[in-house]
Amino acid sequence: MSDLVEVIDTNNKGIDVLSIRKEFPVLHQEVNGKPLAYFDNAATTHKPARVIAALKAYYEQDNSNIHRGAHTLASRATEHYELTRTRIKEFINAPSAEEVIFTKGTTEGINLVANTFGKKFIREGDEIIISTMEHHSNIVPWQMLCENNNAILKVIPIFNNGELDFEAYKKLLSPKTKLVAVVHASNALGTVNPIKEMIDLAHEQGAKFLVDGAQSTAHLSVDVQELDCDFLAFSAHKLYGPTGVGVLYGKRELLEAMPPYQGGGEMISEVRFEKTTYNTIPYKFEAGTPNIADVIAFEQALSFINDCGKENIQNHESYLLGYATKKCATIKGFEPVGTANDKVSVMSFNVRNTHPFDVGMMLDASGIAVRTGHHCTQPLMDWYGIEGTVRASFAVYNTTEEIDRLYESLVRIAKRNN
Amino acid sequence: MKDINTVQDEIIGEFEILGDDKESTIYYIMELGDQLPDFPEIEKKEENIIKGCQSKVWLITSFQDGKIQFLADSNTAITKGLISLLIRVLSGRKAKEIIDADLYFIEKIGMGNIIGSQRSNGLSAMIKQMKLFALAYQSKIDA
Repeated sequence: MSDLVEVIDTNNKGIDVLSIRKEFPVLHQEVNGKPLAYFDNAATTHKPARVIAALKAYYEQDNSNIHRGAHTLASRATEHYELTRTRIKEFINAPSAEEVIFTKGTTEGINLVANTFGKKFIREGDEIIISTMEHHSNIVPWQMLCENNNAILKVIPIFNNGELDFEAYKKLLSPKTKLVAVVHASNALGTVNPIKEMIDLAHEQGAKFLVDGAQSTAHLSVDVQELDCDFLAFSAHKLYGPTGVGVLYGKRELLEAMPPYQGGGEMISEVRFEKTTYNTIPYKFEAGTPNIADVIAFEQALSFINDCGKENIQNHESYLLGYATKKCATIKGFEPVGTANDKVSVMSFNVRNTHPFDVGMMLDASGIAVRTGHHCTQPLMDWYGIEGTVRASFAVYNTTEEIDRLYESLVRIAKRNN
Repeated sequence: MKDINTVQDEIIGEFEILGDDKESTIYYIMELGDQLPDFPEIEKKEENIIKGCQSKVWLITSFQDGKIQFLADSNTAITKGLISLLIRVLSGRKAKEIIDADLYFIEKIGMGNIIGSQRSNGLSAMIKQMKLFALAYQSKIDA
C-alpha cells in the first residue's frame, strides 16, 4: 500500500488510481483464483463504465442510421456521432473536424492512405521509408503498394537499445522519398521516436509523413498541427474506447486530392449511371453505415482521458514503467528488450532459458495478464534474433502493488531455469 | 507394464491432488516435461514437427519387439509437459492399443481449462499424430 500512496501523493497530484479503478468494472474480478492484474494495455485497454453506458444508451434510446434521417432519433444519433468527431479534432488539435475520418482502426487508416494517396501519388521508382520497429500493419500495406506501383521500400535501422538510427534516416531521405510512415511509439519496445524532427526532415525533401499513433495517442500528447504530420492513424480501443473504431487524420489538401477508398452509400454526392460525383471530406472516405454505437461511445473515452488529464496519465505511467523496470532488473535471468531513453509504458523482456509462452502461461496462472510472442513485429524480432518477448504494458489504472505481484511471479519463473 | 487406463487413472489422481490451483498445475506439467529423456538435436528437423501446434513439437518413433516407442521435445516447457503425459500413456505399447485408446484423462483433469482452447487444438494434433504413427505401423503388420 505504501508504494501506491507514494504514487498518488508524490508523483501524481490529480490522479487517484483507486477512484479510477472503480470506473473499470472488468478489473474487479479474479482470474485463476487471484485478483486480475492486467498488463496487456498495449494490445487493448479496458473500458470505463461511462463508455459501456454510452453503448447501452445508444441502443436503448437513439439507435438509428445517421445523416439524412428525417426523424428525431436519426438527428440525435447524427449529433452524437459528429460530436465524437469534434472531440477527436480537439484531442489531436486538428485544424478542422472534416480532416478526421472514422475507420475500423489504425490498420484500416494506414491501408486507406496506401490505397488512395499511394495509388495516386506513388510512382515507379519512388521511395517509401519505414523503420525496423514497425508493426506489420505499417509494413505490409506499403509492401503491397510498392509491388503494385514498382516503388521501393526503405527501412531505417535501429540500435540495440531500440532507438532509431537517426543518421541513417537522414541518409535514406532523398528527393525520391515520397512518403515516410513511422510509428510514434513502438508497440513491441515502447521506444518513442523523435517524430517531430523526422517529419521536418521528410518535408525538406518534399515527402509526406504518416504517423502510426496506435500506441502514442494513449500515452502522449499528440498535436497534429505542432507535429505538422500529413497523416495520423490510431485506434479507439487502445484509448479506453470501444473496438472497431479508428481515426485517420489527414491534411485537408491531401484528403481532397486523394481518390475515394471504398464506393457505396454516404461517400457520394450524386450517382448517375453515366458518372458519380463524390461527397466532400470526411464523408468521401466513409462509405456505408459506420460503426455508429462505438463511435458515439468513444466520445466518453475521450472525456475519461480529459478528466484524468493527459499529463497526469503520462506521469503515472512513466512512474510505473520506471518502478517495474528497476525492480525487475534485479531478477537473475531478466533480459529487457528495448531500453531506449524515451519510452511509453511498455516493458518488453525475456526470461533467460524460458520461452515467452511459458512465462505468459505461468503469469496467467497467477492472475497476471501479459502478451507474449512477436507482437506483430516479426522483422524486429528477427533483427534481435529472438522468437518473441513477454510484454507488460501499463495503463492509468495499474498500480505498483500489481507490479510487485508481477515481480514476485517473475522471480519464481526465473528461478526454474536460472 | 500397466494398462493404458491404469496409467490414465494414476494421472487423474495426481491432478486431483493439485486441485484447482492453476499455478501448481502448470509448474507440475512443466516438471513432467523436464523428466522426458533427451531428444536428439539432429532430429529437430522440419519433417518431425507436428503441424497444428502453436509451439514447436518434434515427435519421432521407433518400433521394438512389436511395440512403439515415442520420443518428443518442444521449444516450450508447458507443451513438453503435455506431450510427456501422452508419452507416459501411449509409449511402449502395441499399435492396436494406441489406435483403440480412449484418452479420457485429458477431459477428466480439465486440460481444456488449464491450457485454453488454442493449446487444446495443439494437444489434439499431438494425439492425432501419435495415432497416425500407430496406424502406419499396424498397416505394416497387417501387410
